[in-house]
Amino acid sequence: MKSDYKITDMHLDVLKEIGNIGAAHAATSLSQLLGRKIEMHVPKVSLVSFDEMFDLAGGAERIVAGIYLRVQGDLSGSMFFVLPIDSANQLIRRLIGDKEFNFYKSPIPEMGISAMQELGNILSGSYLSALSDFTALKVHPTVPSLSVDMVGAIVSFGLIEVSHYSDEVIVIDTRIEEQGDDGNSSVDGYFFLFPDPKSYITIFRSLGVL
Amino acid sequence: MSEMKSVVRVGIADMNLVHAPNSIRTSGLGSCVGVVLYDESKKIAGLLHVMLPDSSLGRSDRLNAAKFADTGIYSLMELLKAEGVRPLSLKAKIAGGSQMFQFGSSDSIRIGPRNVEAVKKELARLSIPIIAEDTGGSSGRTIEFDPMTSVLSIRTVNLGTKEI
Repeated sequence: MKSDYKITDMHLDVLKEIGNIGAAHAATSLSQLLGRKIEMHVPKVSLVSFDEMFDLAGGAERIVAGIYLRVQGDLSGSMFFVLPIDSANQLIRRLIGDKEFNFYKSPIPEMGISAMQELGNILSGSYLSALSDFTALKVHPTVPSLSVDMVGAIVSFGLIEVSHYSDEVIVIDTRIEEQGDDGNSSVDGYFFLFPDPKSYITIFRSLGVL
Repeated sequence: MSEMKSVVRVGIADMNLVHAPNSIRTSGLGSCVGVVLYDESKKIAGLLHVMLPDSSLGRSDRLNAAKFADTGIYSLMELLKAEGVRPLSLKAKIAGGSQMFQFGSSDSIRIGPRNVEAVKKELARLSIPIIAEDTGGSSGRTIEFDPMTSVLSIRTVNLGTKEI
């Protein structure tokens, strides 16, 4: 990547804090929606190859429900909220009160699609408003879009912008999880935020590490 | 040992070659396009996982030829030539180029169809005929090519598996 600065551990720590604050707010929103406790894992920020990116989400062929949206404003990037298909089914069944709901059914019932899109809206909205408060940068999301498919097919779309510049991507990766009654996780999901390369500098400046 | 078949895996923005009886595979094609170039008589094939249409879009210091339709197809042909394949005996099968989402930045939303167009243009320029294709739509694809039979099998989440 052409740049006149070097990304250090300190920069990655700042990005990690963004993942921390953003996902914490999103987890709180989800917890309020479901009336259940949602755990958040320590965020990971890594510079990975595109193939390694898919591995972070369980491998290119894993089937997921993925919400995608573009982040615009002072900083730009792509954001995904990715749920393994079983988790997505669990979550939507509870939200719409329909035990039969299944993303594997074709066509997917409209009610579930709307609920999933709305969920994406709420969670990404709380993630981004926290990010905006923290960085004092104005950001706003585009309308979220849903796809139920293989991770590779979904997430590669968010890598297009970065791929013009580089074969690696900085990903801010936060996992949230709900503990089921039996102690196993019943719902888990991932937030992936890929800032566009030109936005790294904006983030670092606004947080005073450049 | 000679009975053992293995599958060569190709990552995103990557390419590789395979000789029969082995096969070659790439997973999770969305807007990307998988391009197979093969020689039926020599039973050898190459697979390329294209991410962007045109290398002039690249703004990096280092060029990864396999990322772009134009440079990728040419490089794959060179790899096959180095294995003794005559360019005139090469044929192509292609799959991918979906539009996974309805919304997004205007530049990237049509990236799938643009990748397909660019692949076709480059194949035409090199006079490599397209024998079969499964492109467009809104589904992700995992593809595997068997140079023994020249069959490309395509798996999708919602539409099952098909062979072209």
